Formats: sequence, C-alpha cells, structure tokens
Amino acid sequence: MLTPTAPRRGAINVFAALLEQRTGQQIAANREWLVETALKPLMRARGLASLDALVAALVGGAEPALAEQVVDALLNQETSFFRDAGVLDMVADAVKSISDESAISRRPRIWSAACSTGQEPLSLAMALDERQVRAEIIATDVSEAALVRARAGRFSQFEIQRGLPVRRMVSWFESDGGDWVASPDLVRRIQFRRLNLVGDPLPFGRFDVILCRNVLLYLSPSLRRTVLDRLALSLRPGGLLVLGAGETVIGQTEAFRPSARWRGLYEPSLAHPIPLGRLAR
Amino acid sequence: MKTCLVVDDSKVIRKVARHILETLNFSVSEAGDGREALDSCMASAPDVILLDWNMPVMSGMDFLRALRDSNVASRPKVVFCTTENGMGHIRAAIEAGADEYVMKPFDRETLESKLQIVGLA
Ligand SMILES: C[S@@+](CC[C@H](N)C(=O)[O-])C[C@H]1O[C@@H](n2cnc3c(N)ncnc32)[C@H](O)[C@@H]1O
Repeated sequence: MLTPTAPRRGAINVFAALLEQRTGQQIAANREWLVETALKPLMRARGLASLDALVAALVGGAEPALAEQVVDALLNQETSFFRDAGVLDMVADAVKSISDESAISRRPRIWSAACSTGQEPLSLAMALDERQVRAEIIATDVSEAALVRARAGRFSQFEIQRGLPVRRMVSWFESDGGDWVASPDLVRRIQFRRLNLVGDPLPFGRFDVILCRNVLLYLSPSLRRTVLDRLALSLRPGGLLVLGAGETVIGQTEAFRPSARWRGLYEPSLAHPIPLGRLAR
Repeated sequence: MKTCLVVDDSKVIRKVARHILETLNFSVSEAGDGREALDSCMASAPDVILLDWNMPVMSGMDFLRALRDSNVASRPKVVFCTTENGMGHIRAAIEAGADEYVMKPFDRETLESKLQIVGLA
C-alpha cells in the first residue's frame, strides 16, 4: 500500500475533519486510503484533477453543496436486506409481542436510526407484515442522497439478492429494467426523514424499538456514549435497542443493559438514571 | 463437509461456481445437463444443487420436476442460478419447488447470501 505523500495527507486530513465535524464519523487509519477512491467520481464530475484541487474548491466555499457531497461520498453506507440473518426476524417477533401485550391498542413505534438506502426498515416492514403487525416506522439518516434512494425503493440486481429471500422478493418487488422496485404499499409504511444523530433533536415521542446498527462504530467513545444516552431517553420503559452484530453497549454506557428475553438486544436500565449534564450537547 | 452439485452446461460457470463454493467450504461435484445431474443425485444426493435453467438434453426445470418426483431420499435444496431474470420464470421456479433463485451474473456475496438463506452457509 502506498503511504500518502505530504500534500495528499494534508488533503485527507481536511476531508476527515469535515466528515467528523458533520457526522461524528472518524476515518480509521487503515481506511484512509479509501478516501481518494471514494472521492474520485465527485472529482471527475467537477473536472478536478487532484485531492488538493478538491480541497481548494471546498475552502473557496463558492458552493455550499460541495461539502455535503464530499461528506456523502465518504460515509460508509454499506447495508443489506435482513442483515445478519435472523436478527430482524427476532426484532419483528419482539415488536409483535409488544403489540400483543400492550393493554391499550396502539401501534408500536419503531425507529431505524441510520437507515442508509432503506434495506433495514424495508426488511422490518416485510417481517412485520408477515406477522400481521401494523407499526409506525420512522427511518432516518444523515445522508440526503441515501434517503432519496431509500424513498424510491429501487435496488440493483446485486442489492436485491443480498439477504432477501426470493419469496419475499416476488411478494414485494417488481422488476423494472434490470432494477427491482419495492411496492409503493411497502414504502408507504415508512416515514423517511433526515436526521443527524450527532446534534439534531431526536424524533418526537418515545419508541418501542430503536435500531441503531453499524453507525456508532466509528464515533469517538465519548460521542458514542452521548448518542446512546440520548437513545435511552427515546425508548419507552421496556423498549428495545438493536445494535449491529459486532456492537455492544457494555463498557460504553450504563443507560442500557442486555435484555433478558431477547438475545443480543438491549433495554434501558432504570437503575442508572443518566446524569443530566452528560446529555447536554 | 457440505456438498453442492453445480449443474450448468457452461464449463466456465461451473469453474467460477466451484471456486466460490470451495472457499465457502463446500465439496463440489459438477454436471453438464439435467440428465447427468439426475444420475448424480440418484447415486448420492448433495445438500444443495446450483441449477442452470437452459441446458441441452434436460433443462433445469425438467430436472427439478423429475427430482421432486423421484425417490431421492434426502431433499436437496435447489437454488436456481440463471440469466432468466424475469418474474415469470422466478415464480415458475418457486412453484416447481426451488428453494432460492440467483440471477446471473452473480458474485461471491450473492451466492453466499443465498446459501445462508437456505441454511447452508
Ligand atoms: C454502514 S450504514 C448502516 C446501515 C444499516 N443500519 C445497517 O446496519 O445495514 C451506516 C449509515 O449511518 C449513516 N450515518 C453516519 N453518521 C450518521 C449520523 N451522525 N447521523 C445519522 N446517520 C449517520 C450513514 O449515512 C450510513 O447510511
């Protein structure tokens, strides 16, 4: 692997700082080399020959939209349908039991807090439909570009084949010129909105389930803790937090504890009220 | 070790599939058409069959129907793997008893994902 030479290094630092300032995401040292690859299409589209030229355009500030495009290009938006086999089906089971056990009849509220291009909330909407549960699903992401794709519900042949069983595919998608498009009825069950987990006010009201998967990984430990503590306040007592397969709250915050009933999920721990000071940002 | 029978009239496709499957710890056998595949299953049934649609001698569909009618003791999982990417073909395959469907061209991740879905990866 090539070590970036001094000018490129400087440029990479500028992009990394911009990304962290806007989203809290840090670029791991072993992924720095990806920066140039990720920005290539943007540079080509603008006729910029080097990373330094892109920095100059950014700093020049003539185009406010450019910074957002850089951030979008640098965000890791890797996702798939039913990511980590079995997890979303278990979450759907949990939502069903919450809905069955709730005394007053109300729709369970679910928040997919870093939904990327939509595979996560769409998977959940399919799994809930199979269980005859109607829920309110809010799906948010910091990237407007990802949300535009999510709302369109259009996936390439490669994307549609990752994680999605063929029976679910034929039930919910139509093929259209090589792509696969989710049925409007499915997409309509999800409200897609832009929301930055670092700094934006959280959605109004409390949730029964929050999915916050594969997004806190590259936040600094203190920021990760702040976000987790805020999420705890957005859950109903007995509500559930769903993290990515390799993620945990253990050692990060006392605001959550492992759920006794749902393996791998977390619930707010009532025993540890969150110091108010830590919530202010 | 899990076993997979790759049924495709293209030697290149069989080679690519074999390579991916071996990295996923499958023991792989090959057949060039449905007839050969049926003989192979009668001799010893694999855990999963990766099945092309259009082949000489006996097509994937004819093979699948014959397999499901046969007395092959275990019920191998059948994953179609074909350029027939239209909804009509996919529905017909499911109706005939296919467990999963891979639309070509495929890559390692697609194959791995579909094998996971049928409980084999
Ligand atoms: C790797 S994807 C994970 C998608 C999905 N949750 C999953 O597990 O498959 C991470 C997503 O988090 C989003 N993201 C990154 N920082 C964020 C922030 N500060 N607020 C909201 N979303 C953020 C990215 O835009 C990206 O779509």
